[in-house]
Amino acid sequence: MSKLPKPEDLIKDVQLHRTPATHWMDTKPEFKPGKFLYAVEPQVMEDLGRPHLGKWQPYEEKWPLPEDWKERILKAIRDRMERFRSFKLFMDICVRCGACADKCHYFLGTGDPKNMPVLRGELIRSIIKGEFSFFGKIFGRLAGARPLTEEVLKEWYYYFYQCTECRRCSVFCPYGIDHAEVTMIMREILHELGIAVDWAMKPVRFSHFVGNHIGLQPHTIKENIEYLLSDIAEITGLNIEVPINQKGAEILFVTPSADFFAEPGIYTFMGYVLLFHHIGLDYTISTYASEGGNFGFFNTLELAKKLHAKIYEEAKRLKVKWIIGGECGHMWRVWHQYHNTWFGPFDYLEVPKSPITGTVFEHAKDHKVVHICEFTADLIAHGKLKLDPSRNDHLIVTFHDSCNTSRGMGIFEEPRFIIKNVCNNFVEMPENTIREKTFCCGSGSGLNADEYMEMRMRGGFPRANAVEYVHKNYGVNTVACICAIDRAVLPTLMKYWVPGVEVAGVHELVGNALVMEGEKKRTTDLRYRPLKGVEEEV
Amino acid sequence: MSVRLNDFLFSILLIAVLIVIPLLGVGVLGLKYFFGVIIPYLALAVFIGGLIYRIVDWARSPQPFKITTTSGQQKSLPWIKRSRLESPANNLEVALRMFFEVFFFRSLFRNLRADLEGKRLLYGSAKWLWLGALLFHLGFLIIILRHLRFFVFPVPEFVNILEKIDGFFQIGFPTLYLSDLLILLGLAFLLLRRLFDAKINYISYASDYFPLLLIISIVVTGILMRVAIKPDIFAIKHYAISLATFRPVIPEAPISVLFYVHLFLVSSLAVYFPFSKLVHMVGIFFSPTRNLPNDNRMKRHVNPWDYPVKYTTYSEWQEKFRDVMEEAGIPIDEEWGKEIQKQA
Repeated sequence: MSKLPKPEDLIKDVQLHRTPATHWMDTKPEFKPGKFLYAVEPQVMEDLGRPHLGKWQPYEEKWPLPEDWKERILKAIRDRMERFRSFKLFMDICVRCGACADKCHYFLGTGDPKNMPVLRGELIRSIIKGEFSFFGKIFGRLAGARPLTEEVLKEWYYYFYQCTECRRCSVFCPYGIDHAEVTMIMREILHELGIAVDWAMKPVRFSHFVGNHIGLQPHTIKENIEYLLSDIAEITGLNIEVPINQKGAEILFVTPSADFFAEPGIYTFMGYVLLFHHIGLDYTISTYASEGGNFGFFNTLELAKKLHAKIYEEAKRLKVKWIIGGECGHMWRVWHQYHNTWFGPFDYLEVPKSPITGTVFEHAKDHKVVHICEFTADLIAHGKLKLDPSRNDHLIVTFHDSCNTSRGMGIFEEPRFIIKNVCNNFVEMPENTIREKTFCCGSGSGLNADEYMEMRMRGGFPRANAVEYVHKNYGVNTVACICAIDRAVLPTLMKYWVPGVEVAGVHELVGNALVMEGEKKRTTDLRYRPLKGVEEEV
Repeated sequence: MSVRLNDFLFSILLIAVLIVIPLLGVGVLGLKYFFGVIIPYLALAVFIGGLIYRIVDWARSPQPFKITTTSGQQKSLPWIKRSRLESPANNLEVALRMFFEVFFFRSLFRNLRADLEGKRLLYGSAKWLWLGALLFHLGFLIIILRHLRFFVFPVPEFVNILEKIDGFFQIGFPTLYLSDLLILLGLAFLLLRRLFDAKINYISYASDYFPLLLIISIVVTGILMRVAIKPDIFAIKHYAISLATFRPVIPEAPISVLFYVHLFLVSSLAVYFPFSKLVHMVGIFFSPTRNLPNDNRMKRHVNPWDYPVKYTTYSEWQEKFRDVMEEAGIPIDEEWGKEIQKQA
């Protein structure tokens, strides 16, 4: 792994208003350590029955491409244009107005013009013109056309994994061109040859064969949960149980698996558990459908579908009535915008109705899946939770909207409503960096590999910069979020750019504030940090 | 800063060729019928045929998933104020969103400018692109509507009113229309930013400069006719109506060759339109991130090419982990395998 430059040096070379002297078609990417992702290990692809290039790395001069690589790629492009109107249309109607140019966090953190979404799109648009269009072939560069070469594949690998599929560009585009969609399809096309990223594929293998990203086996999940429950017992004095694979429960609860084992997601999990216990919810978690997140989505849609099919077989098997999904970003993009198409109709489930408040979740009446923040916001609105927000007084909280739940779902108010009810100190980041204009953590869509650290710190720079602003001006020390990848990568990003800021799931804050029946006087939060006021007493 | 000029200069050359062709064709060779009747009809045919082709081509590809870009609060709990325009929950709201998108460039209105000052990113409002684009498109629309007076008899009342408003300021004599000025202003802005904004310059091809220059040439020849050359309007109107009624008659009275240049440039635009980025005019209506409601969990979207995929079933999974599950006291389900078989 390469040495990461110091924060003050990292963006010294970033120029947002200057471009290279060479034409973009003559500017080749350099695969420097810290700036590219390792290629997938062949065994991973082998296990999943997918094509691969054997053992290779992207920095190699000559990639071990099969003889018919070009035909296969061209065929794949045509195929995607026939199957995805989105792709065909986005290739056809971009006018290169440049409104998206400085909206991409990767552009803002690198100054590399090929990270302007418009130019990232040109990487493939130019090939479609150059290979399929008569006039494109005649006019070449003047029409923005070029032929498909091995160099182009390298460029695709480099730049389509420098997009986190955050969709910020699509908010600003006058035609709604969504470069996340382009990236998704380009990654699929690279997959046709077996060109993929190791970090993004290993979790797919684990999820497929074991059930979750890191490959937690059922007994390990149980052990982890028991471990968290003993922490809860210590902090609150309550002995709580978490139902596992329980048939006939009313609700199946599925959350990203990181919440079972990784800091700070485990605190979020403790929050869920406390909440469910507080209201006496009849629910179960599953060790089979133990992953709400979906790394398949960062590779191909087929893989994504493969991984999440488990959730619905499990819902059928356990005969639950409906499903609650935990806090996660891309998970909710997949659940909200893809599941109903893939796995519906869900006539074996019932229209979700909160057993506590009686609220019928009309907006989920067909899919029968509810976001935990929708569920909790409804509880709070009906006064069903006993809350002591002062238990979060040691925190000054800001909220980071994750890309996918913002621009691929539109859940903005629910988490804010919850935070304002469980915390006394809430500060918004500057308006151009939140809600639909929110900035990515810089490591989404399968890019959170260690070998990619420099790029991740660059991509996360705009987000970190906004946090720094509220940290300096309002003393913010906690970024709340509703995304497991955020919880996994924002701590690293904060440590690098804004030391002194921690990252917490919204339900961790809920867990802190919940006044449980029969609990002892709490002296610490769920992380064993002393509560405000208690510190002084001791 | 170095300005990349190749593509720009090539486009100028193309425009020069397009101007020279009718100058020679009509001015020297006198091919009035060819340039006055055959070319416009051909261009119209290509324009309409091309657009139909593009529309059918897009429509043929299905939209497999409902991938609305949500730029505002979703419809969820009844007490949460939702954004009907930015997160439309039904088709009516989608229509509203599209209306504002098409007529007011709502997304472009959001535009921001990012600057890096030292270690701080600053975002400022940047509505110039929106304004320039709106001036150009709106000007274009008004000019096209004004031209109806040449093709329709009697002239519709709204065209007369439009003209009155457009000429309200009585700039010069004969009156220069406001729309002519605004469209030139818009076009000049769009062209200048392609030349002098480093980022935009970097992504601009000849195919970006060409349509701008082509439309500028059309506007300029149009204005020249009105203020300087003043051709026989009566003859032109007579001829235009003959075209519109498909009984083409080339006027006897001499018409300035500039008119034929104007006409040839318009014909060129019509031919170029469907096969270039200009189809965004029609394409925007097909844009799946804008024309679909954010109602995924309320209403199922069907993917016509969806196919089943093999996944790890519960029974397969349980077999693999049976021992550790038993040891950990996690319930084993023997019924499910049978139930599934029965269902199948």
